[in-house]
Amino acid sequence: MNKAVMQSELKTPGVTKPKAECRNLNFFYGSNNALKNINLQIEDRAVTALIGPSGCGKSTLLRCFNRMHDLYPDNRYEGEIKLFPDGINIVSSRVDAIEMRLRIGMVFQKPNPFPKSIYENIAYGLRIRGDRIKKSELDDRVQKALEGAALWNEVKDRLKEPGTSLSGGQQQRLCIARALATDPEIILFDEPTSALDPLSTAKVEELIGELNGKVTILIVTHNMQQAARISKNTVFMYLGEVIEADGTEKVFTNPSQQKTHEYITGRFG
Amino acid sequence: MSEVAAVTFNLKQVRSKLAGRKRADRLYVLVGLSATVLGMITLGALIGSLVIDGSERFSYEFFTNFPSRFPARAGILSAWVGSLLILVVTALIGIPLGVASGIYLEEYAPKNIFTSIIEINVNNLAGVPSIVFGLLALGLFVYVFGLGKSILTGGLTLALLILPVIIVATREAVRAIPPSIREAAYAVGATKWQMIYDHVLPYASAGVLTGTIIGLGRALGETAPLITIGALTFIAYLPAAPLQLEWPFLNFEWLLAGFTVLPIQTYNWTSRPEPAFQANAAAAAFTLLMTTLTINLTAIIFRYRLRRRIKW
Repeated sequence: MNKAVMQSELKTPGVTKPKAECRNLNFFYGSNNALKNINLQIEDRAVTALIGPSGCGKSTLLRCFNRMHDLYPDNRYEGEIKLFPDGINIVSSRVDAIEMRLRIGMVFQKPNPFPKSIYENIAYGLRIRGDRIKKSELDDRVQKALEGAALWNEVKDRLKEPGTSLSGGQQQRLCIARALATDPEIILFDEPTSALDPLSTAKVEELIGELNGKVTILIVTHNMQQAARISKNTVFMYLGEVIEADGTEKVFTNPSQQKTHEYITGRFG
Repeated sequence: MSEVAAVTFNLKQVRSKLAGRKRADRLYVLVGLSATVLGMITLGALIGSLVIDGSERFSYEFFTNFPSRFPARAGILSAWVGSLLILVVTALIGIPLGVASGIYLEEYAPKNIFTSIIEINVNNLAGVPSIVFGLLALGLFVYVFGLGKSILTGGLTLALLILPVIIVATREAVRAIPPSIREAAYAVGATKWQMIYDHVLPYASAGVLTGTIIGLGRALGETAPLITIGALTFIAYLPAAPLQLEWPFLNFEWLLAGFTVLPIQTYNWTSRPEPAFQANAAAAAFTLLMTTLTINLTAIIFRYRLRRRIKW
């Protein structure tokens, strides 16, 4: 069918099984065309890094995936982001933004735990769905999420304490646990370590490394070493366009585009 | 090279300038302290003179007696009960309306000319003289709705009066919540109302509460609008009790009862020719002042406790 033909047309190098796929995606802040004709596949259960100089649109692209732009007026999407396996178009106005946020989690640049208890921070995403969850099951899922974020051993005796009482690095892992708790299909990371010290950064990176292969991860980073360390695929963006997308090793050792080469060798950015 | 040269400075000159700057620092501390002390002395003198003037009236009976022709037997029972009941009505009407309006304006209202006009109006309302609210209440609640010079009318009037205070306090408190917290709630899939109910309202509660209590403190001391609706009368009875032993246990007759309040009673006594009533006035004013101070203190304590629990 026509759809299948279209599917085969788009092939991002380094992607074997796409979890999501942008097709002619454009995004506008008012009249400012911030993303221009993005065509890109995101590998299933792998870490994909978005790199590029400030203002290139990598965070803008990331925030399309969970419709964060809907929260502010005068923002507009054009084109598609297909989410597989069901092939739903994430950015369609007919698709419920809240449903997308239930399926796609996000971790922000600055740790932003709720000023509630550690336990409540994790449980919140489960509670708001309106399902009746037994206390014991909720306890289990909170523990599992905290274990998944390598935070359980540090906080298991102080679950009632406010999430904001943790250190910056722990807060960020708490936010990762909050995103993990609801078993999202994709987790978006928006420069998750830029507000952290080197030690906390290492821990968060290690954690993302562990999630590699289990969850689909899309991470925006300013730090090229970080992208090289933790991602399977890398997407280089510049001025709102995808310049190059390929396996991370290929992008960093043998980029096919001159612009990519200049950026990763520090010639600009 | 020239940049480096510009950095070398005359140490002597720097020190003399620094001494001057530090003098200005100390001078400001002095000015600020004097201004604060002046205010405290004025308040202290006021309280002191009320205590001295009213000392002969302070007794248990002063709080349990109705007003009377005889200064020594006159008390503030109907006045403090009236103040309390009016305050209950004011709070029950003013707080939900004010908080809901504040939340709506801050979270839901689209930014257009219409909402800008509402915004300007709300801010202006906070500065409208209270007697204007009294005139509105007289025309609307007393004549059009026929509620009479009742506790309900008084409470509604004061609720209108403090509505802008509560709205502004709510908006400020809501605005102080960082956008990152809202985004965090949305990112886990919260609806707008869940975000507001689970996050905005609890985190804004300290600010809302402070603004509300300060508003209620203002309502407690208001005299002009209540006199305008005709409350300057001799009240030597209590309204029917709001609670009763028989079913349905609640009784709303009190809402339509006449009333007097502490500031009106005070005003009434100060306008009496007999000097002995001045003692009653001083004692009633002292009671009012203490109640207001207590209310404001409560606000400060609440705010402190709620703020301590929440940090970003």
